Amino acid sequence: MAFRNYILVCGGTACESSKANAIYEALVSECKAQGVADEVQIVKTGCFGFCEQGPIVKILPEDSFYVQVKPEDAKELVAEHIVKGREVKRLLYAKEGSRKHAKVEDIEFYQKQFRIVLRNCGFIDPENINEYIAREGYVALEKVLFEMTADDVIAELRTAGLRGRGGAGFPTWMKWNFTKQAESDQKYIVVNADEGDPGAYMDRSTLEGDPHSVLEAMAIAGKTVGANQGYIYIRAEYPLAIKRLEIAMAQAREYGLLGKDILGSGFDFDIEIRLGAGAFVCGEETALLASIEGKRGMPVPRPPFPAVKGLWGKPTVINNVETWANIPVIIIKGGDWFSRIGTADSHGTKVFALTGKIRNSGLVEVPMGTTLREIIYDIGGGIANDREFKAVQTGGPSGGVITKEFLDTPIDFGSLTKLGSMMGSGGMIVMDEDDCIVDVTKFYLNFTVDESCGKCSPCRIGGRSLANLLDKITKGKAELADLDQMVEIGEAMKKASLCALGQTAPNPILSTLHHFRDEYLAHVVDKRCPAGKCKSLISYHILPDKCIGCTACARKCPVAAISGERREVHVIDQAACIKCGVCYETCKFGAIEVR
Amino acid sequence: MSAMKEEKSFSQGLIAFIEEWKDKPGNLIMILHKVQEEFGFVSRDSADTVAQMLDIPLATIYGVLSFYHFFKMTKPGEHNIQVCLGTACYLKGGETLIEELTGLLGIEIGAVTEDGKFSLEGVRCVGCCGLAPVMTVGGEVFGKVTKDQLPGIIAKFK
Repeated sequence: MAFRNYILVCGGTACESSKANAIYEALVSECKAQGVADEVQIVKTGCFGFCEQGPIVKILPEDSFYVQVKPEDAKELVAEHIVKGREVKRLLYAKEGSRKHAKVEDIEFYQKQFRIVLRNCGFIDPENINEYIAREGYVALEKVLFEMTADDVIAELRTAGLRGRGGAGFPTWMKWNFTKQAESDQKYIVVNADEGDPGAYMDRSTLEGDPHSVLEAMAIAGKTVGANQGYIYIRAEYPLAIKRLEIAMAQAREYGLLGKDILGSGFDFDIEIRLGAGAFVCGEETALLASIEGKRGMPVPRPPFPAVKGLWGKPTVINNVETWANIPVIIIKGGDWFSRIGTADSHGTKVFALTGKIRNSGLVEVPMGTTLREIIYDIGGGIANDREFKAVQTGGPSGGVITKEFLDTPIDFGSLTKLGSMMGSGGMIVMDEDDCIVDVTKFYLNFTVDESCGKCSPCRIGGRSLANLLDKITKGKAELADLDQMVEIGEAMKKASLCALGQTAPNPILSTLHHFRDEYLAHVVDKRCPAGKCKSLISYHILPDKCIGCTACARKCPVAAISGERREVHVIDQAACIKCGVCYETCKFGAIEVR
Repeated sequence: MSAMKEEKSFSQGLIAFIEEWKDKPGNLIMILHKVQEEFGFVSRDSADTVAQMLDIPLATIYGVLSFYHFFKMTKPGEHNIQVCLGTACYLKGGETLIEELTGLLGIEIGAVTEDGKFSLEGVRCVGCCGLAPVMTVGGEVFGKVTKDQLPGIIAKFK
């Protein structure tokens, strides 16, 4: 080891926003001030995945895992850990309620994970190509350029059984093969980095933490199918990922790994970045291609598939970021190795963005076939604030919910579909007893209505009707017949919509109606919201036996709806109450009840 | 002509960028991004200028501008406040933040305060779900925000 210590600072967006940059600067200046700058290398890496505990600083070789670090902590970290060789105990990660200060290998959050896609995230400096190369970077490209034929590559992907990670799970080798077989003077490679699914951020983290893995995979695909131009279509909302991609592309060109005559093989390949502009429908491949062409991002009917007739009418391989990041590893380790990970239906791993009411939010990569219980309870640490688990939502606005009784299902593409949800891009949102299923479903429907491009009427009109019906339910104005009507409209949309956005938009309703019909009935028949979320259906009341007349609620009430003398029981004027819930939050005596 | 006047106000860098991209296929969205980066929004005059420089109908530009949420056609406030309404933030109270902010700033979502200081938006997932609920002010991210912190955050930018 050339340096005595390596300090890795998480530089993903979530940590950056909680001042990781300032921590990095502080560590650099402290190392200088304390005279150890030559012995320590400080690296700003990509996302560690354990976002709940960010900003994270890891120090090697001791493998000390410091969490929730502040810039002010830099001085102590350098003075104690680096200079004196003593760990700074107070900053080490400790599981809630336990005193044990853990090293990375002891942390449950990481124990069940298996990292292929995120292999380099949190280990290397994404802005330095040498670090990628040091971890077998561009070895796969070299192998494809000099040792493998195009058919070898496709056969390897076929053996691997890699399926698209963007949602639909289409076999990657088939897409590549169609494009390879298509005759054309020009073909294209496209990366779908338009990660629009609310609650999913694995693509952003991959690009921020390991941009070269995607560039390398694109060049491999280019060589395989006979394309020499690639495009990365990425959300404009991800400035850090864009910046790191630009740096990576410039470095790869400088090293002769992109551009003309790559590694002297005679193969030319280059990449351009195209920015999205905030349209969810552009995650649909034909809409995405229209957007690269500078047009409104509206889908067109398939077939023809982009693999045959894609960007500017030319054969185009289009895959999602996570799919791309798997490719170099498959080439190096072989399709056989990859196919042994996961289940019979789905090979390899899947990255999930575990969020919502979970103790350990973060990015989690597990082998296919891991159960939801392992992900939520072992890795995620269970439900936050000791609330009761209600459901987990997968597949975002196109998916559905999975309830308690199915927590032990091994998850893969097939099993999730069978449960009436879907893999989607890997958002996993945990809900507890305080979340109203109807309210969350309305949230998703409002999202798809807003994002519908309006081209086909089943999606444009059907989606709006569904959202209106849900609104009626949450306001307590619905009848039983409305539930049947939702199913009817939903089934029609599934059959008649032009693209996946409209075809899957009713899924959240159909899935929740199936699993939580009781909760819908409570809203429709009893005009009651069991979770206490739907404002039209709840009222706040003061419990006379618990109220001590402290006046705290009356003073906080924004509409002066609470009356009562000091030390006497207070009363809420229901006609004036706007149901903001401030009194409920303010009361220290549990005297306010939601009905 | 207003379009010509505006073109003068396009910076040299912006004009050079448009010239560079002029003949590339599929250039419009990239050019509009650059215009918005310079002015904070795409005004009618800017759109006119782009139409002239690229020799395409103004309607084509408005077709694209109005399709994509990211493009703004009105001037945002000096400090644009974005409240994330991704699923994780929604569950953890993103809506409450918006309600509170509309009260504090006295403006509805999508509007600008009278003094032009602040504008308020609800936005799609910003991808910091571990920090939910999240809001950003002029690009600075605030995570695990509670209602009580809002007056302090706003005061910082006043």
